[in-house]
Amino acid sequence: MSAFTSTWSKEFKDYFVSPIAYMVIAIFLLVTGWFFFSTFFLQDQASLRSFFNLLPITFAFVIPALTMRLFAEEFNVGSYEILITMPVSPVQIILSKFLAAVCMVAAMLLPTLAYAAFVAWLGDLDPGPVIGGYLGSLLLGGSFAAIGLFTSALTKNQIIAYILGALCCFALTLINQMLFFVPSGIMELVQYLAASYHFQNIAKGVIDTRDVLYFASVIFLGLYLTTIAIQARE
Amino acid sequence: MISIHGLTKNYDGFCAVDHIDLTVDQGEIVGLLGPNGAGKTTTLRILTGYLRPSGGTVEIKGLDPEQDPTAIKKSMGYLPESAPLYRNMLVYDYLCYVGRVRSLEPGLLDQRLKEVVSVCGLHSIMHKPIGELSKGLKQRVGLAQALLHDPEILILDEPTSGLDPNQIQEIRSLIRKIGRQKTVILSTHILSEAEATCDRMVIIHQGKIVADGSPDSLKKDASGQGIQLILSGGTEDEIVSTLSAVQGVHSVNPVPSAAADAGSMSIQVQTEPHIDPRPEIYRTIKTTDWILWEFTPQARSLETIFQELTQE
Repeated sequence: MSAFTSTWSKEFKDYFVSPIAYMVIAIFLLVTGWFFFSTFFLQDQASLRSFFNLLPITFAFVIPALTMRLFAEEFNVGSYEILITMPVSPVQIILSKFLAAVCMVAAMLLPTLAYAAFVAWLGDLDPGPVIGGYLGSLLLGGSFAAIGLFTSALTKNQIIAYILGALCCFALTLINQMLFFVPSGIMELVQYLAASYHFQNIAKGVIDTRDVLYFASVIFLGLYLTTIAIQARE
Repeated sequence: MISIHGLTKNYDGFCAVDHIDLTVDQGEIVGLLGPNGAGKTTTLRILTGYLRPSGGTVEIKGLDPEQDPTAIKKSMGYLPESAPLYRNMLVYDYLCYVGRVRSLEPGLLDQRLKEVVSVCGLHSIMHKPIGELSKGLKQRVGLAQALLHDPEILILDEPTSGLDPNQIQEIRSLIRKIGRQKTVILSTHILSEAEATCDRMVIIHQGKIVADGSPDSLKKDASGQGIQLILSGGTEDEIVSTLSAVQGVHSVNPVPSAAADAGSMSIQVQTEPHIDPRPEIYRTIKTTDWILWEFTPQARSLETIFQELTQE
């Protein structure tokens, strides 16, 4: 196994060694499940729309909890000193941690496929928006994980890392709901910045390169800023 | 093996390491000594590539850490201060993880694992979480981690801090054993430890090297030696003023001593560095009518040398 895959698998396993993963998955399923099914039968529609509508806001407070320890704990314990003096580059470390977080997001979304199966069993489910929704969820999850990873690299304190990360994710989620406060000239720009706007586009089942490009740039920016934060420690 | 020139490290205006030059050859065990905050850890961290120097050059095995960080990291084992390890991992899992990150082949990893486990005495704790281990055991796991890939250079930051006397003894003999083939640099502020394990001691104070040499040579040259005299037949003032006039004597102080009987007094003479004024002192005493009861040159302990060199 190469250095990259071994750090990745260590980070991914770490989630399941501690109770964090189980707790976060449980909370995530409880929140999304409750809000989805509380209106599902009233709406009487065989779609996952209300599930995906809520996803950005749920992710905004769940994902920073998954990423907060990735660097902050290493800095706090000091284990980062051993890690960085092993033959593995900072970029490899960052990417392996990022990939572990994305896999964790995927693991968290996996049980929600049961919602899709259940809806498909009850009615006629259109597969397009579901596939788009899950793809969008991964992109959105990846973007928030990159942001969370960056805030984790800023501090030794996991709580601070979480709060900063959640703040950034909330801002990107809610920014397009405040458009009426914004001067009309920059309205489109502000809307373009909103993660939830791009997510909803993909979740409709229309995969537009502009939306994919948006998430790719957020991920790239998050990881790039993480590299800078790590290098500043030297 | 390792050469450092003009190494400097500043932290926000504070100079932790100030133009250090140091060359370490293969097979040497070098002890970095100094008071807390002298710059030992910073120097070691720069050597391992954890910190980037603000100035000066570092060359390890002829390679530049900026150009070839991976090649250098492969041949280096590092135990940071107080062994910061992942607390939620089992000792076995942790060592396997380190082996894999260091890209050891599974067969080689097995073999090396057996070796370091027996060398560091980890048999009974392999399946315990690291967080539950005592400080000494954690330190040993840290050492095992640093030795796992059989590195040519071993860098240990305070390897024996927090260990009990038996463990200290074990770690010291282990370092001695490793040091026969490998280059070892360790930091400590325990002098007896450096004296027991190191071929060479480098004393750092306020970011500068103030002494460098084998423990024996340091004792000899660092500064003058002390002589204890027990005399009778003269007044205190007379003795002090006469002896102070001898060339090569730095200071003369009467000291209370149990060895001195009533009527005689104990005198501590401090000599200048690199001069041996003993014949002159003897001749001077011979010209008086004092009685010389004792004339004892005192080997200066490393503690005294250390204190003198690192005084504020």
